[in-house]
Amino acid sequence: MRYFQPATLDEALAIRRGNDVVPLAGATDVYPARAGRRAWGDPTHKDVLDLSRIEALRGIEDRGDHVRIGALATWTDLIRADLPPLFDGMKRAAREVGGVQVQNRGTVVGNACTASPAGDGIPNLLALDAAFEIEGPSPRLVPAEAFFTGYRATACGPHDIVAAIRIPKREGRGHFVKLGARRYLVISIAMVAAALETDAAGRIVSARIAVGACSAAAGRLPLLEAALPGAPLTDAPALVEPRHLAHLTPIDDIRASAGYRMAAALALVGDALADLSRPAARVA
Amino acid sequence: MTRTLTLIVNGEPRTLQAAPFASLADTLREGLHLTGTKVGCDAGDCGACTVLLDGEQVCACLVPTAQAEGRAITTIEGAGPAGLVDRLRESFLAHGAAQCGICTPGMIMAAADVLARDPRAGRAEIEDGLGGVLCRCTGYVKIVEAVLDVARGANAFAAKADAGAAVGARLARVDGRPKVEGTDHFGADHQPEGALWLRLIRSPHASARFALGDLAPVLARHPGLARILTARDIPGENAFGIFPTIKDQPVLADGLVRMRGDPVAALVGTRAAVEGFPDADLPITWEVLPALHGAAAALAEGAPALHRAVPDNVLTRGRLERGDVAEGHAAGAATASVAFETAFVEHAYIEPEAGYARRVGDRIEVTACTQAPVMDQEEVARVLGVPMHAVRIVPTACGGGFGGKLDVSIQPILAVAAWVTGQPVRIVYSRIESMASTTKRHPASIRARMSADGDGRFTAFEMEGDFNTGAYASWGPTVANRVPVHAPGPYRVPHVRNRTRAVYTNDTPAGAFRGFGVPQATLAAETLIDDLAEGLGLDRWTIRRRNALDHGDTTASGQVLHASAGLPQCLDALRDDFLRAQADAEAFNRTSGRVKRGAGIACMWYGCGNTSMSNPSTMRIALRPDGTLTFFNGAVDIGQGSTTVLLQIAADALGLAPDAFESVVGDTDLTPDAGKTSASRQTFVSGNAARLAGEDLRRAILSLANAGPDARLRLEGACLHVENGPASRVIDLTTLSPDETGAVLSGEGRYDPPTTALDANGQGVPYATYGFAAQAAEVEVDTVLGTVRVTRIVAAHDVGRAVNPTLVEGQIHGGIAQGLGLALMEEFIPGRTENLHDYLIPTVGDMPEIVVHLIEDPEPEGPFGAKGVGEPALVATAPAILSAIRHATGARLTRVPVLPHRLHAALHAREAAE
Ligand SMILES: Cc1cc2nc3c(=O)[nH]c(=O)nc-3n(C[C@H](O)[C@H](O)[C@H](O)COP(=O)(O)OP(=O)(O)OC[C@H]3O[C@@H](n4cnc5c(N)ncnc54)[C@H](O)[C@@H]3O)c2cc1C
Ligand code: FES
Ligand code: FES
Repeated sequence: MRYFQPATLDEALAIRRGNDVVPLAGATDVYPARAGRRAWGDPTHKDVLDLSRIEALRGIEDRGDHVRIGALATWTDLIRADLPPLFDGMKRAAREVGGVQVQNRGTVVGNACTASPAGDGIPNLLALDAAFEIEGPSPRLVPAEAFFTGYRATACGPHDIVAAIRIPKREGRGHFVKLGARRYLVISIAMVAAALETDAAGRIVSARIAVGACSAAAGRLPLLEAALPGAPLTDAPALVEPRHLAHLTPIDDIRASAGYRMAAALALVGDALADLSRPAARVA
Repeated sequence: MTRTLTLIVNGEPRTLQAAPFASLADTLREGLHLTGTKVGCDAGDCGACTVLLDGEQVCACLVPTAQAEGRAITTIEGAGPAGLVDRLRESFLAHGAAQCGICTPGMIMAAADVLARDPRAGRAEIEDGLGGVLCRCTGYVKIVEAVLDVARGANAFAAKADAGAAVGARLARVDGRPKVEGTDHFGADHQPEGALWLRLIRSPHASARFALGDLAPVLARHPGLARILTARDIPGENAFGIFPTIKDQPVLADGLVRMRGDPVAALVGTRAAVEGFPDADLPITWEVLPALHGAAAALAEGAPALHRAVPDNVLTRGRLERGDVAEGHAAGAATASVAFETAFVEHAYIEPEAGYARRVGDRIEVTACTQAPVMDQEEVARVLGVPMHAVRIVPTACGGGFGGKLDVSIQPILAVAAWVTGQPVRIVYSRIESMASTTKRHPASIRARMSADGDGRFTAFEMEGDFNTGAYASWGPTVANRVPVHAPGPYRVPHVRNRTRAVYTNDTPAGAFRGFGVPQATLAAETLIDDLAEGLGLDRWTIRRRNALDHGDTTASGQVLHASAGLPQCLDALRDDFLRAQADAEAFNRTSGRVKRGAGIACMWYGCGNTSMSNPSTMRIALRPDGTLTFFNGAVDIGQGSTTVLLQIAADALGLAPDAFESVVGDTDLTPDAGKTSASRQTFVSGNAARLAGEDLRRAILSLANAGPDARLRLEGACLHVENGPASRVIDLTTLSPDETGAVLSGEGRYDPPTTALDANGQGVPYATYGFAAQAAEVEVDTVLGTVRVTRIVAAHDVGRAVNPTLVEGQIHGGIAQGLGLALMEEFIPGRTENLHDYLIPTVGDMPEIVVHLIEDPEPEGPFGAKGVGEPALVATAPAILSAIRHATGARLTRVPVLPHRLHAALHAREAAE
C-alpha cells in the first residue's frame, strides 16, 4: 500500500489521475471503514492520497458573495468561523457531529464525499444551495442537488478532487435539528436543515428545507418550500403537511422503522420552523 | 512501507520508523511503547485513545501517523498544559472517578482540552467536551464532579485511614494512581519482546459445516506465518465451558460452526503477517446450514439439535414452586399478566480482550485480562492436557468485565500457540471481534401473572421464561437457576410457581452479565406490580412498601430472612421524593401537551454469591522479618474496587492502617484461590476471608506478645509494637524464624457462605444474604418523537455496611448507567450492531442527576456487616424508568430497549385505541 502526501493540488491531481487512490482528509470515515473490513478478514486497502499538506485546501473564507469552505476545513473550523446567521444551522450540525475529537478532525467536505444518508452536513448544504468546486480532468462547479447522486454516491469522479464548497451569502437564518437515540456521538435517525428569509413584517420570503436519513440521499422539500412564502413565520409550523414529505423513501434499520422516520421527519420540520419563529431561538 | 518521521511527544522530539497510514494510537503504543493511550475500538467511537494534537483533543486511532509528523502530541504520560493534567489526576483519584481505569487517560486528556480552553467551564461545557469518551463503569457522575472541582480551583486530596478506621472510610483506590497516570498495564499493554502475534479466523456464518484444504502452500505463500493452528493442533481437549459437565465450546471449531464468529483457524506469526493475511487465502469450503435465531426457532417442532447431547435444545430447566398458585390467584382481588421481551445486551467494557502467553519450560503462563483466574487455569490445563500446577494465570489490570470476562476467550488459544511455538504470543481482539464472539446478556421471553388481594397484598406470582443462551452453554444454567428464586421480586408472595429454560440457538453465546437474568425477570414483575396498583387504585409506592420483605419474612424459596433485609428502609428513604416527583409530573402534564413527565419506581433484591453452591475464598496476610506486610488477595479487581475494599477489611481486622500493607493481587502462583469476581460475592465472601485472615494474624501476634484483645498494633520497620498499657511490648521481627514462604507471622482466612441445596421445588437456602434496593426515576418524554430523557434517579440501596462509600456510590452510578442503557438504547444484533457505532451505550450527556441513599442494615454474617452491591446497582433502574414512562404517557411497554420508534408505536397504538 502506498501513501501519497503531496503539497500542491496539481501534484495531487496528477497522482489521482495516475493511480487508484482514496483521497484522505480527516480520516474519520476512512479508518472506521478499514476497521470494519479488517475485523472480518479483509486487510487490504487502496493506496492513500493524503490531502492534508495542501495549503490551498485549508480554511473558511468570506469571498464577498459566497463563503468558501476549503476541503480541509474541519467542523471545529466551522464552529469557530465568524459567519452570518444563515450559517447557524451548519454550525449546529458541526456541534452535533460525533464528539469534539471527531469535530476537530473531520471535514465538511469529507462528510459530503462519504455521502452517507445520515451525514449531518448534507441537508445543510442542500438547504444553503451550496456548490462543489471539483478539480480534475474537467474542473467544474456542481450544485449540491446534482452532487449527491444516490446512496453513498456523488458526482465526484475517480480522477476528481473536491477543492471546496461554496455557499452563496443570502439574507436569512439557518437552522438544524437532529434526532438520535442518545445525546452525544450518535448517528441521526432523521434530521432537518432549513434556511429561511423573512421580511420586516415577519413574513416568509423564501424557504429552503432539506431532510436527511429518510431516503438514499438527503433531499429538499420543494412542495413545502413553495407553500411557505407569504405566510407569517409564526404560522409556518402549522403549514407542514405529510404530503410535503411524501416523496421521501425512508427505510427500516437498526436505528428506527421507516414509518417512524417519516413521522419523526414531519415533526422535526415543524420543530425547525418553530425554532426559527422564536426570536430567542438559541443560535449556534 | 515505513518512513522515518519525527513526532513531538510530550515536548520531546521522537524520531522513529513508522508506517504513514498506521494510526497514531498504534505508533504511540507499539512504536514508542507509550501504552497510556488506550485503544477500545480503533474507530473513533469510544474516545479511549484521546490525546491532544497541537493542543486539541483527537482520537489517536483516527489520525494517520503521517499527519502527526512534526506536530505536538500530548498523552497521559505528559505533564500537560499548566499542571492541568496533574490536577485532573489528583481530582480523579480523590473522587473515585477511575474505576477500571481504561477510559481514564482519554477522559483526562479530553478534560484537559476543555479546561485549557475554558478554565472555568461549567457542567454543560464539561459534558460537551467529554461527550466523545465512553465510560462503562462510572456512569460519569464522579468523572464530571472531578473535572468540575478542578474548574472551581478546588484541590482534591484523597482520604487516608488510620489503624482501625479503614472500614467506612472514603479511601482512594489503592490501585488508583497508575490508572490516572496511564501506567497501569491492561491486557494489550504487555509487549513481551520477540512475541509472535495470534489472530483468529472466524466464521461469517451462524451455522455451517466446513472443511479446510491443504495449509502447507498457504504457509509457503505467507513467510511471516509460523503456524496455522486448527482443531487438530489442540494438544488436550478441544473444549471449554463454565460447568464441569458441560464443556461444549471448542477452542477451534472442528468442521462445524454454531455461531457467527466461531473460530475456525488461528494464525500465528509476525504481526504484519497475521494482520495482513486476507481470510480469503485460507482454503476452506463451507456448507451453509439453516440457522436457528431466537429461542422460539430452537424450540420449534423439528428444529435440529445444536448439540448432540441436548436433542430438544433445552440446556437447563429451572423451577421453583411454593404453595398453590391457582389458590393464590383465586384469592386475589386483581390479577395482571404480561409477556415481556428483552434483547441481547453487550457488556461493552471498553477494553477488548487482550494478553499474551509464554512457555516456561514445562509450564505455561498466561497474562491476560480476566475475572476468574483459577477457572482460566483449569480451562487452560485441560486444553493443553497438562496438570493445573503447570499453568500460571497472571491477571492484568482489567478494563471492565461486568460478567463478560468470566468465561475464557483468548486464554486457551494463546496457551496453545505459545506451547507449540515455544515463543511468547500476543493477541488483541478488535472491538468487532470482541463483540461478535464473546458472551452477552440473555435475551428473555417472559410470561408472568401476579395477583393481589383487596389491600394490595400479593397472593400469587407465576412466570415462565425462556432465555436464549446462544450457541454454547456458558452461564446459561446459572441464569436458569437464579431467576426462579428472584423472579417474584423482594416481596412476600405466598404462592409462587416459576419455570425457566435456557435454550441453545445459533446466536452469540449468552453468559454472565451483571444480574444473571434477574434484571430481565424484574422488568416483568415490576410491570405487573404497577398493573396491580392501577387495578386496585393503590399508589405504586404503597403497594411495594406493603409487600416488602422484612426481617423474619420467608422468601419464595422458603428461606427466612433473619437479618439484613433493608428494603422497607430503602423504600422509606425515597418515599417523599417519589411522591413529590409524581405530583410534580402530574401538575406539569396538566398544562403540557407534547412533553410529558413521569415518575416511576421499582425494587430489587439479589443473592450474594453462587446459587446453592460452595464458592469459597481464601485470603492470606504475611509479615516478613523486615516488616513488609503483604496481603495476598486472589480476587481480581475489575474496577469495582475489591483490591481496596478487601484491604480495608483486612486492615481493620488486623488493626494496622491500610497503607502499612503491600498487595499482591490475583496471580495463581502467588495468591490462594479467592474464586471468581462475580455474583456480587467479593465484598461478602472474600471480605469474610480477608477479615478472618486479619483476625488470624492478629491472634498470632497477640499470643506471641501475650497481649489482651484490645492491644493496639504499630509497625515501624522491623519493629512491631503491641501496645497494651503497662504490658506493652515490641516484637523484633528479625529475631523470628521465617517459614518456607519467608513469613515470620502470617494469617489465613477461608470463607464459604452457608447455603443449602435447593430441592426439586426450588426450596432451600440458595444464598447466605441478599442485597436490596429501591429506585425512583423521573423522565421527560417527547410524545411526538417518542424520545425519553431520564432526568433524575433516586437510588436507595441496602448494602449492609458501606466499607468504602465512594466505591459503593460508584457501583450504583455505573449500574444505573447500564440499567438506563438496557431500558432505552442497548440492543445487540449479531452481524448488525457489533461495534460501538451502532451499538449505543449511554454517554455523559445521557445521565440523569443521581441521588444515592446508602442504607446499612448490617448483615451479621458479613464482614463488618457488609454485603455485595455490584449487581444490585443495575437491576431496579430499567423497570423504574419504564414505570416512569408509563406514568408520563400511559404507554405500558413490554419490550426493551424502548427505542424512540418503539415508544412512538406504543403511543400511537394507544391513540388509535382511544
Ligand atoms: C465516532 C464518529 C462519530 C461520527 N459522527 C457523525 C455524525 O454525528 N454525523 C455525521 O454526519 N458524521 C459523523 N461521523 C462521520 C465523519 O466524521 C464525517 O463524515 C467527517 O466529516 C468526514 O470527514 P473526514 O475529513 O474525516 O473524511 P475522510 O475520512 O478523510 O474521507 C471521507 C471520504 O471522503 C473522501 N474525500 C475526502 N476529502 C475529499 C476530497 N477533497 N475530494 C474527494 N474525496 C474526498 C474520502 O476519499 C473518503 O471516501 C462520525 C465519525 C466518527 C468516527
Ligand atoms: S480507540 Fe480510538 S476512539 Fe476508540
Ligand atoms: S472507569 Fe471508565 S470504563 Fe472503566
